[in-house]
Amino acid sequence: MITIKNLVKTYTTRGKSATALNGINLEIGQGEIFGIIGHSGAGKSTLIRCINMLEQPTSGSVRIGETEITRLGKRQLQRERRKLGMIFQHFNLLSSATVYDNVAFPLRLERMPRAEIDRRVKEMLELVGLTEHAKKYPAQLSGGQKQRVGIARALAPNPRVLLCDEATSALDPQTTDSILRLLLDINRKLGLTIVLITHEMHVIQSICDKVAVINGGIIVEQGPVIEVFLKPREAITRDFIKRESEGGEMFEEAIRAVHVPSSRTVRVTFIGELTYESTLSQTVKETGVDFAILQGTISRIKDTPYGQLVVRFEGDTDSINNTLRRLTEQRLEVEELQ
Amino acid sequence: MNGKLDFSQVNWDEFGKATIETLQMLGYSSLFTLLIGLPLGIVLFLWARSSSYMLRVLYSILSVIVNILRSVPFIILIIALIPITKEIVNTSIGVRGMIPPLVIGAAPFFARLVETALREVDRGVIEAAQSMGASTWQVVYKVILRESLPGLIAGFTVTVIALISYTAMSGLVGGGGLGTLAVNYGYYRYETAVMLVSLVLIVLMVQIIQMIGDRLVLHFTRK
Repeated sequence: MITIKNLVKTYTTRGKSATALNGINLEIGQGEIFGIIGHSGAGKSTLIRCINMLEQPTSGSVRIGETEITRLGKRQLQRERRKLGMIFQHFNLLSSATVYDNVAFPLRLERMPRAEIDRRVKEMLELVGLTEHAKKYPAQLSGGQKQRVGIARALAPNPRVLLCDEATSALDPQTTDSILRLLLDINRKLGLTIVLITHEMHVIQSICDKVAVINGGIIVEQGPVIEVFLKPREAITRDFIKRESEGGEMFEEAIRAVHVPSSRTVRVTFIGELTYESTLSQTVKETGVDFAILQGTISRIKDTPYGQLVVRFEGDTDSINNTLRRLTEQRLEVEELQ
Repeated sequence: MNGKLDFSQVNWDEFGKATIETLQMLGYSSLFTLLIGLPLGIVLFLWARSSSYMLRVLYSILSVIVNILRSVPFIILIIALIPITKEIVNTSIGVRGMIPPLVIGAAPFFARLVETALREVDRGVIEAAQSMGASTWQVVYKVILRESLPGLIAGFTVTVIALISYTAMSGLVGGGGLGTLAVNYGYYRYETAVMLVSLVLIVLMVQIIQMIGDRLVLHFTRK
């Protein structure tokens, strides 16, 4: 659906140049929710703005479907942009227009007939649950409602792609979740491809299928969320994940400090249905080792349940080795910590 | 000056005529100031932030011209413009003769106020419109002008009030209207009552226009 090749963006101000993007390659599939995570200044905002050419890349190409958007003339670009909806951190609604007129705005740009606009706007307001607020002005709405208007406006022209530029960063946690649920809902109902950028792993974990981690203008790691989340390769990725599971790092240090003789501490990861099975207890029953759970998370990534436990096995060396082998055989991921 | 106010000197018919003349000058000059100043302000706004180097150079040139026109005292501007005024309206006195200098004096002033008002529009909203495929023209008239309407009205109010004081000044050089009455009777003939009545009428006009402007600004403000 979206193919980004060797994208480079360099800013030049007063003779000095700064590279925001340094050779980005990405492939985003039809109907995917693709998350790009990075710290501020990592280049994520520049990257998403290059997708609809709000930012002109210095070199490289962006292809959406069959159209190479980086090569279009002004008029063609305007037409192509109508197939790309976008929502923003600060909503960017017309303060002088009502909710209804904001949603109608992109349709009026296309000179859609009045009756059709009316039908479409009402449909969109219903989708985002703002039907009673049609006559209000943005200043009369809460942050979450404003973002719903933003979403309705972006979706009104029936785009193929929705770009979300830090869409939940200005919202409180509950509102963030309701907006994320709405995005997921839209993705499923309309089969819309969603590209979002964020600095919160929580957002990625809740709704994304795939994730790319951007740092210093390059993609340092990418793949399905479940893989990247549970087996992060890069320090920066681990950093984002740790921020979610509070105090993770401190805890690991504490584990390392306690030395129990004749024991091994491992991190066991369950993915999918395995999460809810009694694999661990059955295995130790058979091998006869004791265990203590030092830390644990059971949660889900989008729809996939997972569990991650830090377990200390105590017993003789053979039994422990036997336990670890059996766990691995049952498709659990086992990683030694000490 | 005898220090006593004698309102019997006041010729009310003449005041009626003068008020109408002032309103005519004000009406026409406001209209043309709007028609010239608004597009000029939009052009200044667009060229200042254009990606084209040439347009930015043009902006600098236009900006200097606007500054020069704004810095010339109005009374001198009227006199300096007499040849041009004669070209345009075939006379340099009376209501007709005053309209070109009034417009040339006020339009650059208004254009600057327009430029400032347009700059106040949130960049994000402009970007959102661009992301939806709006053309430059659509961005200007569907987003920028609409969003800055209260600021534009406030700027126009200030301009019209400046025009009232300009019309009064034009009395010194045969412009007609209340300014002429004040100069001819109040100043040259020491008829303080005439001076006072002209003053009251002008102050009233300013008050009414400011009030209308404020009401409109309030009506269109949504923030």
